[in-house]
Order: sequence, then structure tokens, then C-alpha cells
Amino acid sequence: MASSVISSSPFVCKSSQPKDLGFPKSSQISVHRCQKRSISRKIVSVMAPQRSSSTTGSVKTGMTMTEKILAKAAEKSQVVPGDNIWVNVDVLMTHDVCGPGAFGIFKREFGEKAKVWDPEKIVVIPDHYIFTTDKRANRNVDIMREHCREQNIKYFYDITDLGDFRANPDYKGVCHVALAQEGHCRPGEVLLGTDSHTCTAGAFGQFATGIGNTDAGFVLGTGKILLKVPPTMRFILDGEMPSYLQAKDLILQIIGEISVAGATYKTMEFSGTTIESLTMEERMTLCNMVVEAGGKNGVIPPDATTFNYVENRTSVPFEPVYSDGNASFVADYRFDVSKLEPVVAKPHSPDNRALARECKDVKIDRVYIGSCTGGKTEDFMAAAKLFHAAGKQVKVPTFLVPATQKVWMDVYALPVPGAGGKTYAQIFEEAGCDTPTSSSCGACLGGPADTYARLNEPQVCVSTTNRNFPGRMGHKEGQIYLASPYTAAASALTGHVTDPREFLQ
Amino acid sequence: MENPLSSRFGEHLRVCPKLSSDGRQRRRNHGGDDDDPFAPTSTASFNLKPLVTRSSSAFVTRSSAAASPQERKTFHGLCYVVGDNIDTDQIIPAEFLTVVPSNSDEYSKLGSHALTGLPASYKNRFVELGETKTRYSIVIGGENFGCGSSREHAPVCLGAAGAKSVVAQSFARIFFRNAVATGEVYPLDAEVRVCKECRTGDVATVELREEESVLINHTTGKEYRLNAIGDAGPVIDAGGIFAYARKAGMIPSAAA
Repeated sequence: MASSVISSSPFVCKSSQPKDLGFPKSSQISVHRCQKRSISRKIVSVMAPQRSSSTTGSVKTGMTMTEKILAKAAEKSQVVPGDNIWVNVDVLMTHDVCGPGAFGIFKREFGEKAKVWDPEKIVVIPDHYIFTTDKRANRNVDIMREHCREQNIKYFYDITDLGDFRANPDYKGVCHVALAQEGHCRPGEVLLGTDSHTCTAGAFGQFATGIGNTDAGFVLGTGKILLKVPPTMRFILDGEMPSYLQAKDLILQIIGEISVAGATYKTMEFSGTTIESLTMEERMTLCNMVVEAGGKNGVIPPDATTFNYVENRTSVPFEPVYSDGNASFVADYRFDVSKLEPVVAKPHSPDNRALARECKDVKIDRVYIGSCTGGKTEDFMAAAKLFHAAGKQVKVPTFLVPATQKVWMDVYALPVPGAGGKTYAQIFEEAGCDTPTSSSCGACLGGPADTYARLNEPQVCVSTTNRNFPGRMGHKEGQIYLASPYTAAASALTGHVTDPREFLQ
Repeated sequence: MENPLSSRFGEHLRVCPKLSSDGRQRRRNHGGDDDDPFAPTSTASFNLKPLVTRSSSAFVTRSSAAASPQERKTFHGLCYVVGDNIDTDQIIPAEFLTVVPSNSDEYSKLGSHALTGLPASYKNRFVELGETKTRYSIVIGGENFGCGSSREHAPVCLGAAGAKSVVAQSFARIFFRNAVATGEVYPLDAEVRVCKECRTGDVATVELREEESVLINHTTGKEYRLNAIGDAGPVIDAGGIFAYARKAGMIPSAAA
């Protein structure tokens, strides 16, 4: 792997050692790591001098997208990284696992009769432990129903009939995909969620990050949160996206480059011609795993693709923002995407990157296609495309978990391009995959013992999900290879970790 | 076991005049557990003489008053050492997330699952089977401690189990923030690889001061400087995000 990267140098790492700008010590460790891993042509970027913000109208320094979004939300004209500010929240999302705790804290701190700050700005999306007989899990959905009823929460995507998810007209499924599909993600806004993958929404050019129950309880009562403005790392991806490559490969490439703590406390800003060519769902996949690099949030500058998606789903007005030309970035990475190859993250870390083709001797036991990272409509389309191109049957159990009701319906309704009208579901069936199951987070994080596709044995699984630490999908000795939908489908066909080019070229 | 403190008694008189493990202003996320059965002077699982026996009249009780920054906070007890990138699934496996931490009965149950996600290579369990409390007060970590999910169950289960502090080489940000917001465990950055310097079972003290905080490993006799708590300081000193916001006038003082 290393040799091919060095000879073709698909990227140049420019990084600077931040001087004492008040960042927590861990950020210095992560920058150091960047310097250790970069190869050839290290250029130290020149950083604009940091000026402290002033309320008396001094010369304005350029701001990054994230700085601008936070400044506006804090009703300030200027912020710099390191500032601790009170920020107005546009949307707060919670789900079945953390919602009860967040509301519990809200009531404890604001009083049993307290009312939430704005019942139209809270979105409650049960999705984690839904299709299970675990009594506590079921109870948590009931608890959320009670809170939503009492507080008149406008957006509660409820489920009451666990036997047939389609019998529930309001139920959506995976929160991050549902937020986008239901029009809750808008450029320029601040979105918080009690889930680490809330950073997914940064694909829409907004500030989106995960928080804990206590912070969420605070937001429920006040509509505000105390945040420290993060510095921004810029990732510029240029070049034509190869037909066998997906956004998942891009983000695994990046995390492999900077490590699981490479972006701790920082914003990851993605731009460049490749980014501009990505669909919204692909952009969501990219931002989804920002947290796996330790990032605070991810952002992508909104454009026509973004506006088209958003305006089709919401009529709430929004105001996009963009990084200034003279904004300061703490690190700059450039990638020539045309030179990249499909990659996986080997057990047991999302930064344990390897070329898919170099893992072809790894025998696998199962494949899992699902989650907020890799269970969206386009993820299933990609897998179906590959299965169709191959015309073969899978060699290992292949589990399909559409992220939301809408994705599930797309799987059954949409035809795969070039397949003579066959739907994704038909192709999956012909390839011998398991029947697409009820929408939820499923086995991405293991879950209660009876969760569909949970890793209950020490097996090897190729998965389109986001984390592969020990025990992530259930069994502590389970071996999880994180991969793109193409790579997952290719691997299912051979029973080994497989580069999708085996079937796509 | 041989009293590991006896030989260090004289050396550490300077740094540890008072033995108190409750560095937190108040425990927030559970009901009625203010009598800490794990105050070190009464720790049942191991016999340690306090370094200095002194009346605690000079020490402000922590139950309601916010600590002033000048006050010393000290945690003392056994270390439990883990490696790098201990993610939230290892701290609290996802199957236990159905437990609601703000529910007082469930809070203590959460403690019994703390760090049960660690692989089999960890020979010592953090919490013994069937127990809800740990014998270890200080978790010593490597880099990126607490990475992964935003689940607050992670710092909460450590606190529920009785840990007082996590001293790691570096922290993942959501875990750090949640630890500060809940006040469940005191998160501290070390400057060196303390996870290599300490062993599970070492006796240690963490001392927090205005200028310089330290981790003292009594078993090895070594001391390590800890980074200042930084911007989280005012929030911790106030007693968590709600208390801080009340002090700052962001929210009204008393809940209805």
C-alpha cells in the first residue's frame, strides 16, 4: 500500500504546528501524527495571524464556514477558534436510546412542569433498538411517546406496531437519514443530536455535531448550547471519481491518513471538484464518518445539488455560508481522487486502512449492508449494480438493512439502471441475499441479543457501517472490515474481501 | 497485601496533606447516592492508611457549595490501566444502552457494565461479576480515550461504578465534554504515556490545583504533571453545565 501511494503521491500534506492558540493539548498530538504519517513534499502552510475577536468593530479576519455559522448563531459578527460562545440551536434531534435520558435531565433541572424551548425545533426519531423483544428498549419508545405528547412535539416519527414496520405511517428509521429525507437539514443552521453521527448533516453546509444527554437536556430547556469554536482542517478532493470508487472509500482514505484522533476538536471541511460531483447521499456518507477521525463536525459548501435536495423537502428559508478566501485553516490536505483505489478499514479501528485488493486472502463469514453510513438508497443501488454486473450468487449470508422506510420502498420500487427494469430487490433476491429487513440502526452497533444480523459469534464481517472497534457489532472477537457498498457486494460474491473492480470493469 | 503507602509516607506528606476522593461538587445523575461508600478513608476492599490524619474542618463540604478554584481536589485509590483508543463500545457495550441513566435505579445497574466491552486480553475485570461497584478509583488511559459514540452512558457508567477520575494521554472530545457536563468522572490530560507507566492495581493519587495538577503513583514513586483543565474548568468548578449557566444568568436559578 505504502509504495503505490508514495510513487503516485495522490496527495500532499501541508500542515502547520499551531502555536499557542489555546487549543487543547490533544490537538497538538494529532497534528504531530499528521506530520509523522505524511510522506514527501511536506509544506508548512502559512497561517494568517490569529486576532482575538472584538466587539468594537476592528478589522475583520476571514472566517471559515463553521466559524461563520457559529458566529451567526451566537449573534456575533466575528469569532475565532477557541472562543467559547453560547449558540442558538435550530434543530435538536434525539432517538430512543438517549431521548429518555435527555428528557429526564430536562425535567430534573427545569422542573416536572417545564416546557421545551420550541416544540417545532425538536425532532424525535426512534431508530436504534426497535425490532426487539427487549422490554427496556420497547419501553424507551413508549417513554418518548409520552414526552412528545406532553410537550406537543411536532416531529415524532413514532412506531407502535413492531411486527410490521410498514404499518406505521409516521415511522422513518435511522435518524440521520430521516433528518435529511424529511427536510430538517438546511445550509447555515446549527443542528445538534444525541448521536455521534449527527455530523452527517454537515453535508448540507450546516454545523452539526453529537452531544450527550446532559447537554441535550440543557438545549431542550433553553434552545442554546455552550460551544468552543473549532479550528478547521481543509480537505480538497479533486479529480474525476473512478467508477468503482465511492464516498466511503474517500473517507476511509482520509481517516487512514490522519488517524482516529487526527481531527479531534476540529472541523473537517471538504471541497474540490470531486466533492462538487458527489450526490447528497454520497456527501452524507463522507461527513458521517468525520467523528471517526475525532472531528467535531464536517462541512461541505452548499451548491445547486444541495439546494435542489433541500428545496424539494422543506419550505423553511435558509441562508448558505461559505469560507472566506482569507480564512485560516490549521491543515490543508489535497487528494487526487483519480489515483485512489477501493480501501477497507481492517479490524479493529476505522483508521486501520488497507487496499481492498491486498486483503483478497481474507476469508469472510458474512456481509452487512446498512446503517446511516451505507444503508441509503444509493448505497443499495450500488450494491445491486454490482450484483447485476456480476450475474452471480453470494457465497456468504448477506444482510440488507435499508436505513429508512423510504429507502426500503426504493429498494422494492426502483429499477437498477441497465438491468432491463429489474428492481434492486429483485436483483438482491436473484443474487441470494437475505430479504431486506425492517429499517433501523440494526446490528451496526450490536444491540439487544435478538437484533437481526447481530454478530453473535467471532465471525468475519464486511460491513458498510462506521465503526469496527472490538465488540462493535456484538461479539468481542468479531472481525469487522469497514467497506463501501461496492466492496461489500464484491466480497459477498467471493466469500473473501474483494476489490469491486473484479466485477465492475 | 503489603501497605504500599508506608514507605512513601514521608515523601508525600508535602503533596497529599488531605485524603479526599470526592473532587466533584455533587453527583448529578442519580438519586440519593450522596453518601459515597468509596471515600478512601473507608475503602473496604483494601487497607490503606491515609497519608496524614488531620481533621477536615478546614475543608468545605461539597454537597451544595460550588468549589472555589483555589480549593484542592484529590482523588485517591487504585489504578485501572487501559490502552489507546478505548471506544465507547468497550466502555459500555451497546446492548446496555437501553438503561436510562437519569433513572436512579437503573443508574447503579449501569455501573455493573462499566468496561465490560474490553477484550479478553484484559485479565482484570473493572467491575467483578455480580458487583455494581469497582475497586478502582482512577482509570488510566492512552490516547483518544472515549472515542466513538456520543453516548453519555460512557462517563456515567464509570462514575456509577465508583471511578472518580480518568487520566488519559488524550481524550476524544464528546467523551470529555460529557464527563464535564455530567460531573461523573474528572477527565485529565497527562503529558506522557501514563498507561505504560502505571499498572492495574497501582495505588495513586490525583491532585488538582490551580497551577499544576499531578498524578502520583505511590507504587512506583513517580509523579506526572497533568494538563490544566482549560476551558472546562469554569464549568466543572461551577458544578456542571446547568450550574454554570445559572451562574452566568443564562437560566433561572431554581427549578420549579
